[in-house]
Amino acid sequence: MTWSATARGAHQPDNTAFTQQRLPAWQPLLSASIALPLFFCAGLAFIGLGLGLYYSSNGIKELEYDYTGDLGTGNCSVCAAIGQGRAPPPRCSCAWYFSLPEFFQGPVFLYYELTNFYQNNRRYGVSRDDAQLSGLQSALRHPVNECYPYQYSAAGLPIAPCGAIANSLFNDSFSLWHQRLPGGPYVEVPLDRTGIAWWTDYHVKFRNPPLVNGSLALAFQGTAPPPSWHRPVYELSPDPNNTGFINQDFVVWMRTAALPTFRKLYARIRQGNYSAGLPRGTYRVNITYNYPVRAFGGHKLITFSSVSWMGGKNPFLGIAYLVVGSLCILMGFVMLVVYIRYQDQNDEDEDDE
Amino acid sequence: MDCSLVRTLVHRYCAGEEECVDSRTVYVGHREPPPGAEAYIPQRCPDNRIVSSKYTFWNFIPKNLFEQFRRIANFYFLIIFLVQLIIDTPTSPVTSGLPLFFVITVTAIKQGYEDWLRHKADSAVNQCPVHFVQHGRLVRKQSRKLRVGDIVMVKEDETFPCDLIFLSSSRVDGTCHVTTASLDGESSHKTHYAVQDTKGFHTEEDMDSLHATIECEQPQPDLYRFVGRINVYSDLNDPVVRPLGSENLLLRGATLKNTEKIFGVAIYTGMETKMALNYQSKSQKRSAVEKSMNVFLIVYLCILISKALINTVMKYVWQSEPFRDEPWYNQKTEAERQRNLFLRAFTDFLAFMVLFNYIIPVSMYVTVEMQKFLGSYFITWDEEMFDEETGEGPLVNTSDLNEELGQVEYVFTDKTGTLTENNMEFKECCVEGHVYVPHAICNGQVLPAAAAIDMIDASPGAGGREREELFFRAVCLCHTIQVKDGDEADGPRKSPDSGRRCVYISASPDEVALVEGVQRELTPRDIKQLPQSHTARKRLGFTYLRLKDNYMELQNRGNDIERFELLEILSFDSVRRRMSVIVKSATGEIYLFCKGADSSIFPRVIEGKVDQIRSRVERNAVEGLRTLCVAYKRLIQEEYEGICKLLQAAKVALQDRERKLAEAYEQIEKDLILLGATAVEDRLQEKAADTIEALQKAGIKVWVLTGDKMETAAAACYACKLFRRNTQLLEVTTKRLEEQSLHDVLFELSKTILHCGASLTRDNFSGLSADTQDYGLIIDGAALSLIMKPREDGSSSSYRELFLDICRNCSAVLCCRMAPLQKAQIVKLIKFSKERPITLAIGDGANDVSMILEAHVGIGIVGKEGRQAARNSDYAIPKFKHLKKMLLVHGHFYYIRISELVQYFFYKNVCFIFPQFLYQFFCGFSQQTLYDTAYLTLYNISFTSLPVLLYSLMEQHVAMDTLKRDPALYRDIAKNALLRWRVFIYWTFLGVFDALVFFFGAYFMFENTTVTSNGQMFGNWTFGTLVFTVMVFTVTLKLALDTHYWTWINHVVIWGSLLFYVVFSLLWGGIIWPFLNYQRMYYVFIQMLSSGPAWLAIVLLVVVSLLPDVLKKVLCRQLWPSATEKVQTACLVSGPPLGSHPLASL
Repeated sequence: MTWSATARGAHQPDNTAFTQQRLPAWQPLLSASIALPLFFCAGLAFIGLGLGLYYSSNGIKELEYDYTGDLGTGNCSVCAAIGQGRAPPPRCSCAWYFSLPEFFQGPVFLYYELTNFYQNNRRYGVSRDDAQLSGLQSALRHPVNECYPYQYSAAGLPIAPCGAIANSLFNDSFSLWHQRLPGGPYVEVPLDRTGIAWWTDYHVKFRNPPLVNGSLALAFQGTAPPPSWHRPVYELSPDPNNTGFINQDFVVWMRTAALPTFRKLYARIRQGNYSAGLPRGTYRVNITYNYPVRAFGGHKLITFSSVSWMGGKNPFLGIAYLVVGSLCILMGFVMLVVYIRYQDQNDEDEDDE
Repeated sequence: MDCSLVRTLVHRYCAGEEECVDSRTVYVGHREPPPGAEAYIPQRCPDNRIVSSKYTFWNFIPKNLFEQFRRIANFYFLIIFLVQLIIDTPTSPVTSGLPLFFVITVTAIKQGYEDWLRHKADSAVNQCPVHFVQHGRLVRKQSRKLRVGDIVMVKEDETFPCDLIFLSSSRVDGTCHVTTASLDGESSHKTHYAVQDTKGFHTEEDMDSLHATIECEQPQPDLYRFVGRINVYSDLNDPVVRPLGSENLLLRGATLKNTEKIFGVAIYTGMETKMALNYQSKSQKRSAVEKSMNVFLIVYLCILISKALINTVMKYVWQSEPFRDEPWYNQKTEAERQRNLFLRAFTDFLAFMVLFNYIIPVSMYVTVEMQKFLGSYFITWDEEMFDEETGEGPLVNTSDLNEELGQVEYVFTDKTGTLTENNMEFKECCVEGHVYVPHAICNGQVLPAAAAIDMIDASPGAGGREREELFFRAVCLCHTIQVKDGDEADGPRKSPDSGRRCVYISASPDEVALVEGVQRELTPRDIKQLPQSHTARKRLGFTYLRLKDNYMELQNRGNDIERFELLEILSFDSVRRRMSVIVKSATGEIYLFCKGADSSIFPRVIEGKVDQIRSRVERNAVEGLRTLCVAYKRLIQEEYEGICKLLQAAKVALQDRERKLAEAYEQIEKDLILLGATAVEDRLQEKAADTIEALQKAGIKVWVLTGDKMETAAAACYACKLFRRNTQLLEVTTKRLEEQSLHDVLFELSKTILHCGASLTRDNFSGLSADTQDYGLIIDGAALSLIMKPREDGSSSSYRELFLDICRNCSAVLCCRMAPLQKAQIVKLIKFSKERPITLAIGDGANDVSMILEAHVGIGIVGKEGRQAARNSDYAIPKFKHLKKMLLVHGHFYYIRISELVQYFFYKNVCFIFPQFLYQFFCGFSQQTLYDTAYLTLYNISFTSLPVLLYSLMEQHVAMDTLKRDPALYRDIAKNALLRWRVFIYWTFLGVFDALVFFFGAYFMFENTTVTSNGQMFGNWTFGTLVFTVMVFTVTLKLALDTHYWTWINHVVIWGSLLFYVVFSLLWGGIIWPFLNYQRMYYVFIQMLSSGPAWLAIVLLVVVSLLPDVLKKVLCRQLWPSATEKVQTACLVSGPPLGSHPLASL
């Protein structure tokens, strides 16, 4: 409101298509005549795709073994029994024997799987310091508060890597042995432990702090390893390119899973004679049993899986496509019936008017 | 309304107890009254500073924030934000703080800017120079220093600095002309009169010698009402007391015209001026859509709370096993362990609330406001609603009610000036039973040579002749017309031709038509077909020349000037419905001429050919003419003196002046002698009938509320097709009530109606009620007040109900003889009847303001009776015919747009938040968010906001021409059809279904397997991003499915915002953002896109989400098509209509 006398006469409006709401427009109508062919086409396409996906998924082989060590399920139950109620559990090894009656088409990937493990718990998920993991000196010395209670050790040293996620790093290890002939010697199958983490995580997101005098250990001096760890972070692997924060296992673990049952990639089998897949024969997996899961009712599994263009075995997508495709076709038919029956009626209505 | 009350209270409170008096006393020129005069209570009055600004520099931030957070929505978001700050919540306070901050800042900047403009305008006004008279000299001072009692000089074309009592003018007759264009928009000149006793004070020195006090009422906002009195003291005589009325008051904001300068004394200053008091915010009207929106909000709030509750309870049930509550890998801090269980549960509850709070988004309010604000421009821009003739376009005074225009069920329209042109044309007059018609009418100009009247046959005789002349004189004298002089008008003797050039100005067009009419040559109707040569040529016209020095001059048939001294004017009011003048002729005879509605004249007539005239009046009324009766009475001197005293006494009364005046008038205007009657035609506005017909086809009930008499109004109703030939008219009129009791009449009518009621309702299903019996109801003001009047036994409501029942079954209702307040009463009656229909009132005059304010939507017509109606309305249009487009096209569009906007907003937020809720079951109820913070924040702000905003501005589900051609389409959206519970639940369930599809689709995709060919695994953020991507696409495509009108803008916005989402995600995940303390989104989106199954899943899930809606749309269109859908299909078949069909206007 202004107090000056304003002329309030409306100005002549602009005569543009926009102001007159007469912009040229495409006016589609979702009528049965358009929807019908659409439904049929979509249905056929989906069924085709679904069939492809289904067969593609069916072609993938998976071999899974629960080595948690529930009573009477194998020799890992010994380890489980030893570890019961003791923290940290003592080192223990067990083995899983299996035989492949036929060639296991490769490339074969080795996964470990945990159940009932809530990596997606909010408090757990935020308990990390990305700045520290990117090698920032200041963050190395002063981890963020989210890491608490895994922020500083009892001695008051900053924990590197800090936080609950790092602290709970999965520390079972596996090795695969192949017995070509019955009674013959077990030959170790080479496991490729590289390339299991995202390329960007391994090369960009995770960085070690700058070396001091060429030594990673000195760079980490004055920090403490997470309480559950048996060794400091710079000793995760003897390979200088795979230790510290850029240890592949560690990077994989740090990518928190979406669901309480999750798999993580352990190794790829793609070297030597095994690059095409696992030949027939008897195999042994040597398991270093460290990781306690029974405390929270979880299970540990080890899985061999081949991988196609669409990843691992997952019949869901194929089935879903098939179902949706068939539904589309079914709906198409229903609509066709409706269309034919009521079209005449509508015409009559219009004639009446 | 409340504001004024509060203001008065505050004012009173601040002013102190002693000032709670009804009048204030002003010392003119601050000169104390002579001792012995009454002791006056001194009063403090504010200075003349105008403060329209709300804030000062210091209080802006706190006051503005306070006002913004008084809005419940803002407050809710503030609470959420504070909760996020205080407790450990899953999302950072930024996610809710940023949008809130944005909204608050933008609003604050807008309001601050507006206030700054107001400050500037205020200071410009407060500092503009004003001429004061101080000690006999003129002094220039700033306007704000003006005080009550100061004498002010105002020059031509200046605006008055405050409310002044007009003391004297440079014009000899003590008048001045003002325009009140900035007050009420009327640009016509109005005459104001100086106080009789002071009009001789022409110079500053004179003024200084003036010794007077003024008593007047306390400031009040009515522009047209003022009562006060002035005491002029002089050394010689006793003080003179004069009444002051609104004609003596010059209002702030008005401009002086045609007068060199005036003197006045300030009586109301600053914020107490009538203009300042008038700038009050009107009561807020809320639209039905807004009400539904608020109900839906409450539903969502309940959903929100129950979600949070469920999750909290589930969390504690689930956590009852200690290894779940605190597994070894995720230990709590000592403080957390110690915390009280209930406190923990409560914080958890709050955290869940925060997590799910996005279900009620800030952006919805912003978008709705923006849609309303921007959308209202389409009305003002509309070329078809622009009137070339007057140069006026539609005005939007509030944009809150746009969609209400699509919901109107009852239209209450004024007749005069709304349905009709208010362009009066003199049709005929009837004197003593002889009828005269204007001989030749040509655009209001008189053909000079064609003057003709013959008295041979219709000779009224000597007495009749005298009466006839008296009648014309009466018409010439009994009015309040001012003559706007031409430039050459100062000559005392004007030639008859130049006299015709003068322009008459009056508040009432009837008067102008009458005075212009009698100046024409009139022909008695009964002989006008005779050849002209047989008739004696003779002027019949009486021409009113001017009012000079209180003498009215008129030119009679013989071209002589007659002068009448104007003694009194008993001005017109709508209750009395008549006006009178008392004049003294040159011969010294005193006449009272009275002019008014037949109903108010006939009862006061004691003599005259009443029956003949009455029958003529009734005949004319049936033809839709506006009739007025003219009567006179001769007064002897003693009578006149008595009258004078009576009037004077009433006029100087400070309290109850109106009532006392009315009583005095009542006593004076009686025992009249009837002279004749006049008839004036008011033509229907163009396309009024077409508009009304269209409204009725649209299912809108049209009621005409008019002050006119029944016959005239009914004729107009027939003319505009409100009543048709087959309409059976039911009458509840005073006449009928004289014969029967109200009770009987009402019951009889309801019986008549209900008899056919069954067939009527049955027919309603087919939507066409053309063949069934139509009923039209006519009710007049008196009968209405009987119905409305509460009876002693309290059973009044039954009459009301009965009346409403009858009305409901009538296709058209005509209420005549309505007082302005009764119009509002009717509107209120319907508004609060049990269906709570949406009402619209349309009118052009000050008498329609009350109903315009009362109705849900008030529409003003920028008409001849000033702009008061337009000023108080929600929308103003130049012509009645524009109502059709306003309702059927704009209203319809706005309604479907905003209802889709509202439903869609709720839908997309269900889609957004429900997966979060589901995710809680898989993350141990730990309030883990599914989406990244950036996505949470930007979902409503940028990814999905523009398409729906543009949809809600551009959507046209049916072409504009089709909507106009087929008014029945309006029925499709009646009764808030698109926001009914059924529709709302459908949208909500669609949202829930889609959310389930997104979430479980992604869940089964990710369940325990890899989806990349390199065997690497995805984490929780990829999971969330997948859900989010599917959601953004689904939600946007759902809108695309609903869009019927794809302009390039829609294309740009819909595809653009999808593209924006993708580009943003690529950027957001493509860079390590140094300012973030987490890098959880790094490469997540790109990694997801590198996986084939993710693409397949996105396509599948989007299709599955949209499938049910597509199916529903297609099936409904095929099986149960609505009228709209039929028209859409028909348009598709026949192609878009090329231009308007010739029959389109029918």
